[in-house]
Amino acid sequence: MTSARPYASPYVAGVGLGLVLLVAFVLTGQGLGASGAFANAASGLVGAVAPAQAAKNSYFHSYLAAGAPWSAWIVLEILGVMTGGAVSAVLAGRFAGRIETGPRLSKPARLVGATAGGMVMGVGAVLARGCTSGQALSGGAMLAVGSWAFMIAVFVAGYAAAPLARRLWL
Amino acid sequence: MSFTQSLPVAFAIGAAFGFTLEQGGLGDARKLSGQFYLKDFTVLKVMFSAIVTAMLGVFWLGRLGMIDLAALYVPETYLAPQIVGGLVFGVGFVLAGLCPGTSCVAAASGRGDGLATVGGLLLGVLLTGLAMPVIEGFYVSTAHGALTLPQLTGAPYGVVVAAIVLIALAVFAMAERLERRS
Repeated sequence: MTSARPYASPYVAGVGLGLVLLVAFVLTGQGLGASGAFANAASGLVGAVAPAQAAKNSYFHSYLAAGAPWSAWIVLEILGVMTGGAVSAVLAGRFAGRIETGPRLSKPARLVGATAGGMVMGVGAVLARGCTSGQALSGGAMLAVGSWAFMIAVFVAGYAAAPLARRLWL
Repeated sequence: MSFTQSLPVAFAIGAAFGFTLEQGGLGDARKLSGQFYLKDFTVLKVMFSAIVTAMLGVFWLGRLGMIDLAALYVPETYLAPQIVGGLVFGVGFVLAGLCPGTSCVAAASGRGDGLATVGGLLLGVLLTGLAMPVIEGFYVSTAHGALTLPQLTGAPYGVVVAAIVLIALAVFAMAERLERRS
């Protein structure tokens, strides 16, 4: 643990992230994303298990019709995110098997909370057509109205829910 | 398919994305959740620095004629589902302490809570997708196309960009004050 290097300044990391986003815009015409990879994975699963049902469902069909969901652009991008995150953690001596949890929360309870939180975010990301990456970050930089509405709604709900979730984190 | 749309480019851009998120500490749910208790504003600082950097880059590259702004993707606005989606997402964000991108970084840096969030996300997207026939009317409601803030307000592009830079600087100053207090 003593070998783990401290994190970069959030402003330095933010400008770096902004430059990555800018390169994505210039090279590909689109920004970054994350929840789209989950949408492709879900569409691929439904398409494999119940192809007739997937074809009837407008949401899954839209991803399946765009090509093979397992080799979609955003799926490769997310595999890159995991690789880049792992490389960064290893280089900084921060790679370690562990469960981050609040001081009053057991590790099993934390895993339940993380799974539940992921599910709830999944619902929100489908409705919003994106998450903090595709909407807030990428759409935000392109000044899309819906992206800014999403971002403001995320923080409003986050601050409203936080007092009820104190046990998780404080 | 052009080289820039190719999968190695997607992987490389993603790798740079994941690397910067981890460098900023955004794989740590305790750090992210601090945002909602006014203790650690890393999320806000990283997000707004990134938005301002990319926004200024796009604006100036467009102004200098080095990129075609019309060729850049602007997400379409569906106001009601995006506001409701954002409210739902915000609750999940507090519960998980991670968002979709950062949950991947958390999982990739060895964190079990990151992996659990990734699994929950897949399940949530899957179930909501299965419910699409029921919610489709709402999902496609309040469509405004690729509407931007300059179009909405009637203000010139450069004025909106400058206003967001000023708002970001004010947010940073407020975050620094609140962090010093806690």
